[in-house]
Amino acid sequence: MVDAVIGPEPVPPAEVAEVELYHPHSWITRYVFSQDAKVIAIQYSLTAMAIGLVALVLSWLMRWQLAFPGTLSFIDPSQYLQYITMHGMIMVVYLLTALFLGGFGNYLIPLMLGARDMAFPYLNMLSYWIYLLAVLVLVSSFFVPGGPTGAGWTLYPPQAILQGTPGYEMGIILMLTSLIIFIIGFTMGGLNYVVTVLQGRARGMTLMRMPLTVWGIFTATVLALLAFPALFVGAVMMLFDRVLGTSFFMPSLVSMGEQLQYGGGSPILFQHLFWFFGHPEVYIVALPAFGIVSDLISTHARRNIFGYRMMVWAIVAIGVLSFVVWAHHMYVSGMNPWFGFFFATTTLIIAIPTAIKVYNWVLTLWRGDIHLTIPMLFALAFIVTFVNGGLTGLFLGNVVVDVPLSDTMFVVAHFHMVMGVAPIFVIFGALYHWYPKVTGRMLNEGLGQLHFWITFLGAYAIFFPMHYLGLLGVPRRYHEMGSTSFVPESAQSLNVFITVAALIVGAVQLVFLFNLIWSLRYGRESGGNPWRATTLEWQTPETPPPHGNWGKELPVVYRWAYDYNVPGAKEDFLPQNRPPETSPA
Amino acid sequence: MGITILFFSGLAVIAVWWLSTQRLTSKPWLEQGAAGEFPGTGVSSAPMAKVGLGVFLAAIGSLFALFISAYFMRMQLADWRPVPKPTLLWVNTGVLMLSSAALQLARARADQDDIAGVRTALLMAGGAALVFVSGQLYAWRQLSDAGYFLTSNPASSFFYLITALHGVHVLGGLVALGRNVARAWQGRNLARLSLGLDLCSLYWDFLLLIWLVLFGLLLLS
Amino acid sequence: MPIALALVLIAVGSTLFHTLSPWWWTPIASNWGYIDNTLIITFWITGTAFVAVVLFMAYCVYRFRHGGPEQPHYEPENKRLEWTLTIATAIGVAAMLAPGLFVWHQFVTVPDEATDVEIVARQWSWSFRLPGKDGRLGTSDVRNISAENPLGLNPRDPLGQDDVVIETGDLHLQIDKPVKILLRSTDVLHNFYVPEFRGKMDMVPGSVTYFWLTPTRTGTFDILCAELCGVGHPQMRGAVVVADEAAYQTWLGEQRTFAELSGMTKIMKANFMPAEK
Repeated sequence: MVDAVIGPEPVPPAEVAEVELYHPHSWITRYVFSQDAKVIAIQYSLTAMAIGLVALVLSWLMRWQLAFPGTLSFIDPSQYLQYITMHGMIMVVYLLTALFLGGFGNYLIPLMLGARDMAFPYLNMLSYWIYLLAVLVLVSSFFVPGGPTGAGWTLYPPQAILQGTPGYEMGIILMLTSLIIFIIGFTMGGLNYVVTVLQGRARGMTLMRMPLTVWGIFTATVLALLAFPALFVGAVMMLFDRVLGTSFFMPSLVSMGEQLQYGGGSPILFQHLFWFFGHPEVYIVALPAFGIVSDLISTHARRNIFGYRMMVWAIVAIGVLSFVVWAHHMYVSGMNPWFGFFFATTTLIIAIPTAIKVYNWVLTLWRGDIHLTIPMLFALAFIVTFVNGGLTGLFLGNVVVDVPLSDTMFVVAHFHMVMGVAPIFVIFGALYHWYPKVTGRMLNEGLGQLHFWITFLGAYAIFFPMHYLGLLGVPRRYHEMGSTSFVPESAQSLNVFITVAALIVGAVQLVFLFNLIWSLRYGRESGGNPWRATTLEWQTPETPPPHGNWGKELPVVYRWAYDYNVPGAKEDFLPQNRPPETSPA
Repeated sequence: MGITILFFSGLAVIAVWWLSTQRLTSKPWLEQGAAGEFPGTGVSSAPMAKVGLGVFLAAIGSLFALFISAYFMRMQLADWRPVPKPTLLWVNTGVLMLSSAALQLARARADQDDIAGVRTALLMAGGAALVFVSGQLYAWRQLSDAGYFLTSNPASSFFYLITALHGVHVLGGLVALGRNVARAWQGRNLARLSLGLDLCSLYWDFLLLIWLVLFGLLLLS
Repeated sequence: MPIALALVLIAVGSTLFHTLSPWWWTPIASNWGYIDNTLIITFWITGTAFVAVVLFMAYCVYRFRHGGPEQPHYEPENKRLEWTLTIATAIGVAAMLAPGLFVWHQFVTVPDEATDVEIVARQWSWSFRLPGKDGRLGTSDVRNISAENPLGLNPRDPLGQDDVVIETGDLHLQIDKPVKILLRSTDVLHNFYVPEFRGKMDMVPGSVTYFWLTPTRTGTFDILCAELCGVGHPQMRGAVVVADEAAYQTWLGEQRTFAELSGMTKIMKANFMPAEK
């Protein structure tokens, strides 16, 4: 394997002194090929946001087409399918997964645990560059003949690799290749996140003293390491079918009047593999968001997270259950209908630990001292949108209710609310929260308010009414509805409303980007711990922390992460590394 | 997906067992205090790299479990025709076992500071692994000579795909082994070499185990 | 306190939108009113939960704001409260799941008296096949597909000869007669979706999927494809006409069988003479 930081004596493996590694000599090793998890985190985040901007622009084009069909002449049905496919895949995999785990995971795990760096810094660096390669391969599909694939982000065969689907020539090959590269790169990063939590914790940092952010990212990474192989298997097999002519997923069929050589394969087999990855993927995005939002709420409400133990158990329970619910995406796929009973039951059971988390967030607000900072506002917005999206999940998970709603705009509205809008609110909250640690400066409050209000109300105005388009019976992935007997004319006005809201919300993200850049230079200086938070990342000797994080001495942890407003304490927070006053030194 | 669920259940049992040793029911807000008051809840003394390899093997295990699940699901469809299994595969299996055994030998030699013995054993292990990979390639050739190509039928598609994937993992292991060979020749830092041998050996045993499972699967279908 | 106000606005606004907006599902035309009922139950339970959580949040944000009247209170957990909430949630979930599973059981249990109707999808059109006088559909295979035989029926299968094939045109169903809808695709995934029927199912090349329903209202209803099938996906339309018995029989009398269509009537007779002896 790869060189790790290992001392010859059996001291706890994380307790390395400041070593040569932490003092890079050149600009290149400091900022480009850096092995510092914090630099890698920033690289991951910037790349993810850049590709996310592409996906955002694609969503504008789609929304424009839906509201004003035919007015932009360059959008034809093929283009529309390519937009939805690339938008979906970029947002789920290349933005959300990469940003939560590669971005926040890299920045926060070592700092929150009191480690100097990740377990395998070299592998960590490699992980980022492989991720970048995957992104570039994906982007290159915009420039090949036929353009990117338009198979939908689920890439269902047979159509994904056949004529009649845009990008069947090169686009699908590049998409599958890019996913395979991404998974290889992610595995390298994922090993780091898991092993650092297992072996990199500072003295006294027991599992039950870890901030929920770390719990969320840790569990999500474990899920990702085990679930991404399913996508890997599916992608490799489909690549074989497309390039080499095997028939893993391909039955005998007549495409465009022509008998093809394929035969005997099963399209449903791919769907099983895809959703065996795809459902845990929802929690790969959601669990880090759960963790981070818990810490945002606790810090800004100046109150311990309510029911910490239940929160930890719920994360673990959700992680385990997420592997036995995948076929609720396949109720109308034609699989054996008797599976429906099992998967509806497991799916609705998973609602219980999820609900516990919601209750505990809300109960943390109860009798708190709520500071309505921008991170807090985004955390509140997260709860609203997550509860909304989670509850509509109960419609879609309850097998028979899913039947009329599946493949309609109701599904689109549901998953955007629950794994689009809600986690992205957490990302925004987290960026406002940790930006001072990363840069030493606060983000501008006024721009933040503007950003928050338009984003929150706008996003809700986009996705809440969209459910009702689905109830009307509007299917997803239609570039225009065409005439039907069951969709009233007025539905188009709803579409226009949604599009206008989407364009405004999209535009205000540019304000946020401006804020990110402007505050770098002109933001108010923050000091080391502007939120008066307890967790270790706020207790570093320097801000922003240098490579190696802690200077000469590693921190020692004496208490859990949520000592806010403890009775009898002088201040309203006690950092994790503050020794108890009563115990003799 | 039965096999995959079984494999995951195994992992879940390990995870739950480990979590159960971590005082997950304790009330952390009542337990202020210095490190060491709660034995067993800190990090373990295992080297990072070894824990990392363990996690990595779980991910690889998941990969192969999913392939096996896909194999079983595809097998139930009507057009499945078994492919002949070249006798050479038995020989290859023996060679891979030999390679694993040689690595065990290298570890034993390293414990006794016998650097010359380590070198010989490492070369044996690496050589055997190379022979295994070449043998697999030759088995492909035998199959294609017999008229079973990648696209001939699903069983043969799976045969090529699964053996290729396993072979790639062996080749990846050979890179790591190569680094240990280099270390053995430099002869410095025996502690690092010893750890490297442990890791290689664990990885090799795991790949052998996977091969035995895959081979059994191929034989039975 | 704009945020508390905004939260109240969201709870109230969502409820008003739900009750007052003109956008609701199209009137049902099949026996699957059970599905609508389960959906209504789900709306009530989830709607209550949503409004309760959001309003409670608004209250907390107002009452426990920084600089407000209340002092912060340290309370790590409250076992009783947590368990009460957990059990209440479990009851709510069970109240949705139980009717859901009950109705699903009906959905997957095809009644014996249901007659077969086959729907065949290809990029990007619908065709239909009815079993003819013998009441049974003949076998089919994608390999048989040709310009003369677009559905790939087996020309040597006697059961298939009298099958009624509707290659272009609408599907007609008789009101109040349960049908088992057999779904087949000759190229990629499709999904047979008639919003008024509520039921829908993917059509998977290489296998036959199914669901059943009883039409309960006469009229003409749109058929849409609900599984992405390429660039023509939104244009893949058809129509199903639910008619009373007389109208249905008239229509059926005008349709042609596979044998007639393939111009093989004579050959068929010649083939079958020996079998009849």
